[in-house]
Amino acid sequence: MSYLEIIVFLPLIAAIAIGLGAPARFTALGAAAIAFIVSLIVAIQFNTNVEGAVQFASSHTLMEMEGFPTLSLAFGIDGISLVLLLLATLVMLAAVLVSPPENDIKGSAKLYYLSLLLIGGGAIGAFTATDLFFLYAFHELALIPTFLMIGIFGHGENRVRTAWTITVYLGVGSLILLVGLIMAVFALGGSTFAIADLIAIAKNPETGIDPGQQTWIFAFLLVGFGALVSLFPFHSWAAPAYAEAPAPVAMLHAGVLKKFGLYGLIRIAMPIVPEGMAALLNVVLVLLLGNIIYIGLVTIAQKKLDRMLGSSSVMHMGYVFLGLATMNQLGVSGAVLLMFAHGVSIALLFALCGWIREKYGTVSFEELGGIASHLPKLGLLFAFAAFASAGLPGFANFAAEVSVFFGAFKETGDSLGWLQWTTIIALWGVVISAVYMLRAFRNLFLGTPEEKMKTPTDMTMAARLPYFLLLATLIAVGFVPEILNQFIRPAVEGLFLTTAG
Amino acid sequence: MPVYFLEIIVVSLGIIMLLVDAFVKLEDKRSIAWLGMLGLLVTLGLLFRVQWPESTESPFWDFYTTGDQMALYFKGIAILTTLVVLVMATSYTPIIVEQTAPPEKGAHPQSGLGEFFALPLFACAGLMLMASANHLVSIFVALETVTIAFYVMVAYLRRNVGSLEAGVKYLILGALSTGFLVYGFAWLYGMTGSMQLDEIKTALSSDSVNVTGSLFAFALILVALAFKVGGAPFHFWIPDVYQGAPTPITAFLSVGSKAAGFIVLLRLIDPFLSSGELVGKVVLAITVIAVLTLIVGNLSALPQKNFKRLLAYSSVAHAGFLLMALACTPTADEAGAMLSPAKVIAFYLGAYLLMTLLAFLVMTVVRTSVAGEELTSYKGLAKRSPFLAFAMIIAMASLAGIPLTAGFFGKFFVFQLAVQQQQWILLAVGLIGAGAGFYYYLKIAASMFLSEESPKDDVSAIPVGSLARFTMIVLIIAIILGGLNPNLIMGLLS
Repeated sequence: MSYLEIIVFLPLIAAIAIGLGAPARFTALGAAAIAFIVSLIVAIQFNTNVEGAVQFASSHTLMEMEGFPTLSLAFGIDGISLVLLLLATLVMLAAVLVSPPENDIKGSAKLYYLSLLLIGGGAIGAFTATDLFFLYAFHELALIPTFLMIGIFGHGENRVRTAWTITVYLGVGSLILLVGLIMAVFALGGSTFAIADLIAIAKNPETGIDPGQQTWIFAFLLVGFGALVSLFPFHSWAAPAYAEAPAPVAMLHAGVLKKFGLYGLIRIAMPIVPEGMAALLNVVLVLLLGNIIYIGLVTIAQKKLDRMLGSSSVMHMGYVFLGLATMNQLGVSGAVLLMFAHGVSIALLFALCGWIREKYGTVSFEELGGIASHLPKLGLLFAFAAFASAGLPGFANFAAEVSVFFGAFKETGDSLGWLQWTTIIALWGVVISAVYMLRAFRNLFLGTPEEKMKTPTDMTMAARLPYFLLLATLIAVGFVPEILNQFIRPAVEGLFLTTAG
Repeated sequence: MPVYFLEIIVVSLGIIMLLVDAFVKLEDKRSIAWLGMLGLLVTLGLLFRVQWPESTESPFWDFYTTGDQMALYFKGIAILTTLVVLVMATSYTPIIVEQTAPPEKGAHPQSGLGEFFALPLFACAGLMLMASANHLVSIFVALETVTIAFYVMVAYLRRNVGSLEAGVKYLILGALSTGFLVYGFAWLYGMTGSMQLDEIKTALSSDSVNVTGSLFAFALILVALAFKVGGAPFHFWIPDVYQGAPTPITAFLSVGSKAAGFIVLLRLIDPFLSSGELVGKVVLAITVIAVLTLIVGNLSALPQKNFKRLLAYSSVAHAGFLLMALACTPTADEAGAMLSPAKVIAFYLGAYLLMTLLAFLVMTVVRTSVAGEELTSYKGLAKRSPFLAFAMIIAMASLAGIPLTAGFFGKFFVFQLAVQQQQWILLAVGLIGAGAGFYYYLKIAASMFLSEESPKDDVSAIPVGSLARFTMIVLIIAIILGGLNPNLIMGLLS
């Protein structure tokens, strides 16, 4: 069994074990910790000198049948997958750590931890699968657990309705995506599901897809992947779902699982239908401005921390799309780094939001205030997280956003094109996110405490561990982006190498 | 062992069960069902040991296909379905006794139960014969064997008005569809001069075929078979009959009857599809019915509040997907590079068998403790019996077509055919249908997991017999394995 197979199957096996009666929190914690450690080992052993090749590959052919593509259970990672794998295992560990102890869960603790592991395991599987079918299938593994988690353990009056919305939205999005993928696979001869082989066929000028068809396929992929990643105007599921989900689910979904849509666009759409993407690039640019500006303004208007974080996570996806839209190495590398940075920072914020809700019973800006006066350390922690999310220098988000913006202006001639104008408008989004993050910080932590507010005790040192883990990652990558860029660079170069050749 | 022995064994088994019921003094009449299950298991094993005849000279082989893996596959589906139906019937015993027990004193407390276990065997024999029939006469005989057994079984709960009503509806509409079928057969015979399918195929492929007359025959046959498989607009009997019939019989109708209907449809349509003159119009007709069925089945399922009715519409919806595959039949020169619709339909039905029977099995077990089959009857099930809730959620995920379940590959293959044949309208309607499916299949999950129970609700665990539990586990494993590697099911076809 390769390292990757251990990381992929461990959470799933642990989930089954919990279902059969193993102690829930202990098993989940063990699986998440081992998965994280093994993924660190994988990162250390990863060879950064190989351009674009898949490492740690393993493959078992499951089915060869006439008239149907070869199906294999295949895993492998290049730099892009590795970064997302690290993100997934890190956030999964943090999410399990901040989950409440078994006795504090209303309802079945087994179901809680089992669902959490399935959501995390699904994300890990999707990021490491090198077979298109399993890439898709693993992502869907999270669908029903998310439904149950929000519906049973979520908060708020409307949680059942919200659970419905996200499930039907993502289910239909996945179906559209499925059609796009089927069209792509069969336009490429329908002989295999192996992503590397599909790309090789697509790059060959004789067997590639003709441009008209590429546009159609890209349109399906954009809507399908876009719905999964809350691209405007397919975003309306995201903010309520994250607001009403239990904190660990919001962390995993907003931080990790949502990145699947972007990952799919980079991994599949960009290399297989590049001309389709180029043809629809302006549409993407308009939509991403919808994310950044429109949703940004919506975020400012929110009156509760959870809603605000939900919207902000939708908004930040716009920058990742901008990075993809540059279609050059700098921009795409920035996009990948931003996926990681955003994933960690939003997970940290949702974890803090969950803690505040648990202790104070509310996250409304109007009912809270002055928390920092009696919990200064928590205030500091939140400030760091908020600044990271807003893209202050010194945090990973800054490093990523800067390379996205530089990427957009890399190949300008004398005049500015659509991309550059979009970027100029999108830059205002940085101001918007500073506004809402700072307002949130001021409303919650500064000023005088509200009279009716409770005064809980601060976290214990042990309880701080997941928060520090996430924050330390953000700062470390912020100061030395090379930690991750060393993986991302060769992979993205490989992506464009094959794109050109 | 010659292949036709299989039907003979199953019929004999049914007769033996009836004789045991009549002449052996049994404490618990469920022993008859155990006997039937044992016999069916043996028959299932014999399925892998059949021999094809060396010579097909005898006139028998005009009526019965030979060397046909597809027929064996569908015989297997029939046997498996009957097996699980018997498992369900044993769990359902208390309800059958309650609603059929005779008023007079001194009778056996379970009198009237034996026939309920024996009748599925006769239907099964009919289904198996249907899988091999390649002559209009044998098709008709097999079809009627099945249908008449079903008339009795649907109306079996004679002290339950719903069951009787369902029986009458099924009888009247079933007889009507039989009329259509026979009339269609007569026209087909008139147009081609033969009742043997191979000869009909040759006759229809010739240039001198009478297009109008053949299409009329086709239309009549299509109406009759659309009735059997539940294609819109001939599906109106399905919700009422499914709701009224005893749950094991509903499952049998939903799986066995549909599978047999599709194998007959495949066999009867093949001659029309191979005729250059007719193929365009035939495909168009099937496309129209498929589109209607997909829309009606999926959208009508959305507002249902009774679980059996919901599954009834779901069964219509699945018929829509199967017809969609049939409408994507490739032309002869494309056929090599594509999956054949027949294979896709066979796979889909195999997956459909697993997931539908699992759902009905859970439903049967729950019904013994909870009166009523409304969606609200299932609230709090996740707390009462987590295993049953888990089994049900797997069945629903598979029916909805979520990956890593067998049901997903069924839909995948169908969509694949539609993309390859560029049937964009069908594809769009299929997408809408599958999207609606997410909603209505998850409704049951929502009812089991999300609804708040009131304090006076019974929260004790629902007893699950060990046989039913074992069957559920086998079905769950099969669904997941089929979702990982569809070749496990596809492999049976070759």
